[in-house]
Amino acid sequence: MQGVMDDEEDDSRADVSGEIRLPATLEGEKPMPETCEIAIVGGGVVGLSIAYYLAKRGLTDVVVIERGYLAEGASGRNGGGVRQQWSTEINIRLMQESVELCRRFAVDLGVNVWFRQGGYLFLARDAKELARLEKNIEIQNRCGVQTRMVDPDQARGIVPELDTTGILGGAYNPTDGILFPWPFLWGYARQAAAMGVRIFTQTPVGGLESLPEGGYLIRTPRGAVRARRVINATGAWSPQLAKMIGVEVPTFPIRHEICSSEPLKPFLKPMVSELRSGLYCSQSMRGEIVGGVTIPGHASTYKMGSTLEFLATYARRLVRLMPILGDIKILRQWAGPYDQSPDGNPVLGAAPGHPDFFSACGFVGHGFMMAPIVGKLYAEWLTGDAPHEIFTRYTLHRFTDDSGASYPKEDFNIG
Amino acid sequence: MLCRCEDMTLDDLAHSVSRGYCDIEEVKRYTGFGTGPCQGKECLAVVACQLARLTKQPPEAIPPFTSRPPLSPTPLRLLARDPGAHRFPDDTEK
Repeated sequence: MQGVMDDEEDDSRADVSGEIRLPATLEGEKPMPETCEIAIVGGGVVGLSIAYYLAKRGLTDVVVIERGYLAEGASGRNGGGVRQQWSTEINIRLMQESVELCRRFAVDLGVNVWFRQGGYLFLARDAKELARLEKNIEIQNRCGVQTRMVDPDQARGIVPELDTTGILGGAYNPTDGILFPWPFLWGYARQAAAMGVRIFTQTPVGGLESLPEGGYLIRTPRGAVRARRVINATGAWSPQLAKMIGVEVPTFPIRHEICSSEPLKPFLKPMVSELRSGLYCSQSMRGEIVGGVTIPGHASTYKMGSTLEFLATYARRLVRLMPILGDIKILRQWAGPYDQSPDGNPVLGAAPGHPDFFSACGFVGHGFMMAPIVGKLYAEWLTGDAPHEIFTRYTLHRFTDDSGASYPKEDFNIG
Repeated sequence: MLCRCEDMTLDDLAHSVSRGYCDIEEVKRYTGFGTGPCQGKECLAVVACQLARLTKQPPEAIPPFTSRPPLSPTPLRLLARDPGAHRFPDDTEK
């Protein structure tokens, strides 16, 4: 087996007759409670991270409602990259904290997430791209991230398999990393459930109503629950949930494809990415080369099918950059939705006119790496601490008034 | 042994079920079965049968997991020659 399971002692495992001995993480067929303090809609990494940190802060009257299975959306479909190379100070600082949480995840949550800090190497093919990297590095260095510019020779020193023809240089930060996404969710879910959070899967939200006495009524096939506060952590589907109470979330789904190769002996240290095509690839701890490419001009859609166009484009760019990979075989490809926001930044905080309806969405394909720190900060705020800057800066208000005008856009959503 | 590619046993399946991960897509993710070279061609039916038994469901209640292209492992070099690849401005080779 892949060895990521949250193992107890062997003798506590269920036996092959099907007798159940382990505490279940999920509520199974149980009915929905009548009330709860906080309902989190969306059983992806963002929702489960918030649930875990709320429970850790002592707020355990929390229900997580997931339409399908855990990790069915983008949380189970991403490349597992965790980087601090961003273009705005606020995102860089957030990701510095997220990396720290990832480093401690296995110990804190008792599950192996195969986190590996092999670095991130971004490659530029023209002067404009190079200037962009240089500008970002200045901000990153100021925050204490040790990203440095590398010339083509130095890039080959890090990844000898690169063909640097046409490469002018790159940016390398050795402490960025990758992880295996699925066990991250099981870790959060299991620990949150152990502290009292109730997690319902296969439970679509059929209705959401604002109640005159305060709070919200959420209708599901397992019954209705009255929640004093609601968190919208449904990723690319967040506009649909918000619309049920008349809240406009101006994000939209963009399909991104990704694929995985046969497993290879470990050779590739960093995540490698070229700005020109959004090509990225890394070697997971399972040995597979996992990567994707951004084909421009695709319209917004919830359809998640796979295309030969993607596979051919990825292959063409990757074999050009690393010719030695020409002989490796692709085992499978899939797709997931980015929750694309107008300014590249997430949507957080309370909604206009709804002080108890919170957004945790709009992460533009980078919600997985942001989830650990965003979940922690959300829980701290909702249990009484002063709100972190992200909850006043990244609100829905910025799309309807002038409050967002002075904030820099995040333009480094690569891949 | 249920999945030879990923070394997944009946005991591993029971472990997944006992946690509450009973959907075949969840089992795939939790145990890794069906993600190796055969992509489930050898193991999917046998895992589904055992899952039906452990969860006391009729076999027909368990659909196969979503199958993913390509049909069989395909070298990147071959895919790179497909004329349908998107061309970026710097991509001038034939």
